[in-house]
Amino acid sequence: MSQAELDKLIRSNYEAGFTTTVDTETLPPGLSEEVIRFLSAKKGEPEWMLEWRLDSYHKWLEMTPPDWAHLHHPPIDVNEVSFYSKPKSLDDAPKSLDEVDPELLATYEKLGIPLHEQEMLAGVAVDVVFDSSSVFTTFKEKLWEAGVIFCSISEAIQEYPELIQKYMGSVVPKGDNFYAALNSAVFSDGSFVYIPKGVRCPMELSTYFRINEANTGQFERTLIIADEGSYVSYLEGCTAPQRDENQLHAAVVELVAMPGAEIKYSTVQNWYPGDENGKGGIYNFVTKRGVAHDNSKISWTQVETGSAITWKYPSVILRGDNSIGEFYSVALTRHMQQADTGTKMIHLGKNTKSTIISKGISAGRSSNSYRGLVRISPRAENARNFTQCDSLLLGDTCGAHTFPYIESKNPSATIEHEATTSKVSDDQMFLCRQRGIDPEKAVSMIVNGFCKEVFKELPMEFAVEAGKLLEVSLEGAVG
Amino acid sequence: MLEIRDLHATVADKPILKGLNLTVNPGEVHAIMGPNGSGKSTLANVLAGRDNYAITGGEALFEGKSLAKQEPEERAQAGLFLAFQYPVEIPGVSNMEFLKAALESVRGAQGKEEWDSVTLLRQARAACKQVNLDASFLKRGVNEGFSGGEKKRNEIMQMLLMEPKLALLDETDSGLDIDALQTVAKGVNSLRSPERGIVLVTHYQRLLDYIVPDFVHVLSNGQIIKSGGKELAHELEEKGYGWLTGEEESA
Repeated sequence: MSQAELDKLIRSNYEAGFTTTVDTETLPPGLSEEVIRFLSAKKGEPEWMLEWRLDSYHKWLEMTPPDWAHLHHPPIDVNEVSFYSKPKSLDDAPKSLDEVDPELLATYEKLGIPLHEQEMLAGVAVDVVFDSSSVFTTFKEKLWEAGVIFCSISEAIQEYPELIQKYMGSVVPKGDNFYAALNSAVFSDGSFVYIPKGVRCPMELSTYFRINEANTGQFERTLIIADEGSYVSYLEGCTAPQRDENQLHAAVVELVAMPGAEIKYSTVQNWYPGDENGKGGIYNFVTKRGVAHDNSKISWTQVETGSAITWKYPSVILRGDNSIGEFYSVALTRHMQQADTGTKMIHLGKNTKSTIISKGISAGRSSNSYRGLVRISPRAENARNFTQCDSLLLGDTCGAHTFPYIESKNPSATIEHEATTSKVSDDQMFLCRQRGIDPEKAVSMIVNGFCKEVFKELPMEFAVEAGKLLEVSLEGAVG
Repeated sequence: MLEIRDLHATVADKPILKGLNLTVNPGEVHAIMGPNGSGKSTLANVLAGRDNYAITGGEALFEGKSLAKQEPEERAQAGLFLAFQYPVEIPGVSNMEFLKAALESVRGAQGKEEWDSVTLLRQARAACKQVNLDASFLKRGVNEGFSGGEKKRNEIMQMLLMEPKLALLDETDSGLDIDALQTVAKGVNSLRSPERGIVLVTHYQRLLDYIVPDFVHVLSNGQIIKSGGKELAHELEEKGYGWLTGEEESA
């Protein structure tokens, strides 16, 4: 297949790129103590929350952005970012869907996320976040009956302050890194989940994040606590309009798996990636981390196709004995996208086990890096890790890089690392075409095959969506 | 159905075919033989439309249409099938998924009835059985981890399902033991029909003991230098290619 054909193939439209016109209250760009006080007051937060934010802000002021990633971008000026934007219609929290702005409902319909419960995918509860605010959470009552708390983080701060105070920042401390500190100071909204002891959450929980306003950053914060012996599967999806400016997204996600609990966290990230010349797109700097206590399990699955820049390392601290951490990732970059993504598996407990399967697909003039750390602490007897990093190159103007870090301080550890780099070969393409399959379908089939090990970890509906997303991302007329 | 006139072709700009003529009519089985490097595989790949294999002179018509103007998938949809010499692996794409995409496209283009998944599975299982492949191969990735013989049988299995008008077999016998060779030959023979043309590209005569050709052609230095009936193959077996090409055979 020629370069020209490949170029055509990877050029395609971003379907979620439309803008919604809603009347919003948006803060002028810039960050200061006043801004933080303003947004905390807007949310009617208790004093302790404001103090927490201000403390984070002061930590952040002392910090500098990380420069170790294989990413190139102009310095991010937070004074060009607006830290608060909320549709006015959400001023009084809607109590039922009838009270939600039809313009907002239409937005989610268009994105394929119907909010009317009767129309929803059976068994998925959704919290939707539009710019800085949570719009609506579905199936709340049904979940309540099971004892499951699923609401926006703003609501949780009001309703469950003891849980928030105990766990927020317990996994990702306020001053963990530049972007996490920024998030801790200005986080807007996000989801909160609590699964009580021994409860298997009766449905998939899902949050859908949408950035709409121009020059607005989204700083969501998600906290999931699975109490002893409980189970939850949580899905996260993201899109943003097509804009020429870069927009900042700096999220923090914290997971707490108490003894015997299991958390499965899946992401399909489709923020606007920018155009083929690298104009526009989301800067995605995300800190995701979970703590796994005795006999518990945390599993991250991510499909990353969007964002101009992705800086993201969903990690597991295997604190408890016999705990398990998993990371399954597909990262597709095309045009001028840059991704530096991977995971950290920190083995502290005995007999801890981690699995890392990373699939990077690079096309266009993009750059795709895997960066992973496996650390075995001195007391982590019999820890095991298996890592597999595969890169697939489409064309010869893109780059794939692998940066694995392994630190083992216990001689009983077993660590395996496998890495491959391959191209969609001319021979594979020719075999498909000789069997009558057009090149577009052939590439999507080959790429899907390459990702199979990861897709099978996604919940059913998401696996289908992820497959389609790859197809759309690779779509284009091929001559 | 296949008309090749004074065909010149290059591989990565190197001239390989230098004025080749060949006519294949429906119902005929042709064997193309010749020493290594004579252009046998090039001919098969040029006809199927592989990248970097360019027609630089003359013409090749399939069903009256110039092949040079058609994309590889269009040639396949028109009923041209190439069984590969070295079938490539496509990890993670199951044989079944692959067959489904291929058959949808080709049957659709030919106006044949679409097979639902039950029919497809039944047909695929039958085809597997015909070439002694366990049906579990349908679930595995295309050629993924298959042995050499399994890959070749997989090609024939696909051919049986695709029901091509013209089947090109590129050294399908290479690397096969005698049992596998017989299995493959049985599969090919079952496809012999008055509507179908078959072109066997082979270095050795032994395949032709099992698939008896109507015509045998000797290819040397990019041209057909001798044509005959099946007895020509036996003559080649005894004398080698040297007496025709005037060179010592190297392989």
